Amino acid sequence: MSAPAGAVAAPQRGTAWRRSALFVGLAVALVVLAVVAAGTGQLRVPPAEVLGSVLHRLGLDVGPLPAHEHGEQALWTIRFPRVVMAMLVGAALATGGAVLQGVFGNPLADPGIVGVSSGAAVGACLVIVTGWAFAGPWTIALLAFVGGLAATLLVYLTARGGGRTEVVTLVLTGVAVNAVGGAAVAFLTFLGDTQAREQIVFWQLGSLNGTRWVYVAVVAPLVLVGLVVAVLMSHRLDLLALGERPARHLGVDVERLRVGAVVVVAVLTAAAVAFCGVIGFVGLVVPHLVRMLVGPSHAVLVPASALGGAVLLVGADLVARTAVPYADLPIGMLTALVGGPFFFWLIRRTRRSAGGWA
Amino acid sequence: MSVLRAEGVRVAYGAHTVLDGVDLEVAAGEVVALVGPNGAGKSTLLSVLGGDPRPDAGRVLLDGVELQAQDLRRLARRRAVMLQETRLSFPFRVEEVVHMGRHPWRGTPQEDGDDAVVAAAMADADVVHLAARTFPTLSGGEKARTSFARTLAQQAPVLLLDEPTAALDVRHQEALLARVRHAAQEGAAVVVVLHDLTLAAAWADRVVVLADGRVRADGAPADVLTSDLLSAVYQHPVDVWRRPSGVPGVPADIVVLPVRAPRGAAPSAFTEETP
Repeated sequence: MSAPAGAVAAPQRGTAWRRSALFVGLAVALVVLAVVAAGTGQLRVPPAEVLGSVLHRLGLDVGPLPAHEHGEQALWTIRFPRVVMAMLVGAALATGGAVLQGVFGNPLADPGIVGVSSGAAVGACLVIVTGWAFAGPWTIALLAFVGGLAATLLVYLTARGGGRTEVVTLVLTGVAVNAVGGAAVAFLTFLGDTQAREQIVFWQLGSLNGTRWVYVAVVAPLVLVGLVVAVLMSHRLDLLALGERPARHLGVDVERLRVGAVVVVAVLTAAAVAFCGVIGFVGLVVPHLVRMLVGPSHAVLVPASALGGAVLLVGADLVARTAVPYADLPIGMLTALVGGPFFFWLIRRTRRSAGGWA
Repeated sequence: MSVLRAEGVRVAYGAHTVLDGVDLEVAAGEVVALVGPNGAGKSTLLSVLGGDPRPDAGRVLLDGVELQAQDLRRLARRRAVMLQETRLSFPFRVEEVVHMGRHPWRGTPQEDGDDAVVAAAMADADVVHLAARTFPTLSGGEKARTSFARTLAQQAPVLLLDEPTAALDVRHQEALLARVRHAAQEGAAVVVVLHDLTLAAAWADRVVVLADGRVRADGAPADVLTSDLLSAVYQHPVDVWRRPSGVPGVPADIVVLPVRAPRGAAPSAFTEETP
């Protein structure tokens, strides 16, 4: 038995190494990008000064403080909240995508494509237009959550048949849900006053412009709770890949897992959408790339997607802020520009491999 | 003492009754083969025994407790199911798929033995050389063997197998059923759906013949697998032969073969004949 045991261990070692390399690589990329992003803009702050500023706030007298007189203020009131928000939103969208794909057993499920984001956007726009504030700063997030949850449930119930989801059904259901969501947002745009309209338009483009610490404080707990629950259900999501009956035979309460996953996706999407609008394709691209690198095991996929999503969005937001001087490009436009062709390639590839989602 | 016990099980899909008044008892240490023509209700009975659909009437007891009343995780440590259909949504590696069989033991002291159990299960199912391959790239037989390894890794004392040998070559058919027998010798209760009656005769302690959702016969292979009964149940003439074992004291093998018209003769399929 020693020979076969060795044969089993060999690929495990290779994968373990790749997984560690991925996590370390992503973590390093995230820190470097965050420091660079925080220092880049109309007011430049060198990386050393950015680090120094953070360390001083943490009570460590290490490194230089920003030399520019407004440097410290620019970092802490404008840049840092924005960078942190980018991390949170990227992590939320990518994790939401990974969980949604796990539940649907389909790598094309993305909160934007199947309409979860537009459902959440309807809830958020409703708050913008009506000016409701029954839950204080949480009102937008709350209604976005309700909208996202309703859309996820709707897609889930209509796209699933006989325990599985056909690619075509899933994508077409997304088209339908997005159409209805778009109509609702259009109607709300029609109802709203000029200020509300402007806010709604900014929504649909997606942007991290004007992020404040208050927003971060609303989004962070939602994302953190969503991430923790997603990680906790990751092993059971693996078993769901076997199909519903085999998963049950292995002791998974499939109904409970599904409901839990749908709520997690709605929470994460609502958190992402609540203040930054619709930012598409992150949930599609990131989990897919992670799967290509380290395989589909959700225990790795979920946390790696969270990290990867954060890296992607911090990077994308840096480009959005700096690509055109004195202009802040909509980040949703950027992610769609990259994600659209990727989605197309993914569909072609999926069709070719006929169900073997590699 | 029976481990698994079905009492008056009835299952209907709409107006169509699939199982009607089925009683079945399986004791620890025995291999029971479920045989019968297409649509006789074999797979449905197996899934009822596994706790999937709640029977419309009757009940299924595992260790004396009704299946639906049992905790899913505890149940998964008691019984393992291998289905005919093997599909996987994402390209997991074979070794990962077999590891999934250990899920019911997560958080228990037995979890420490996971790697050894998985390695042994993979060796038993002859999939060690496939460990690093992804599931969608496997052939039908390799997929079935991977599923069998996953089922073994669950280490459950009740095994329910739905046509585990359908996609396998002769060598792997024999190896799989020998492994199943071995599990029974160590105290497992096994129910296995088989189409190959010669295989059923060779490896099962008991053969249960299902037809039209009812148990037509239940007993030792030599008593149940007779030309008259099989010809009637399958609506096709069937011969039962004895092949001497050649070893003194070892009983003859039962060989079941359909009666065939000479080549070139007009096909007589689907007519009700008696030999």
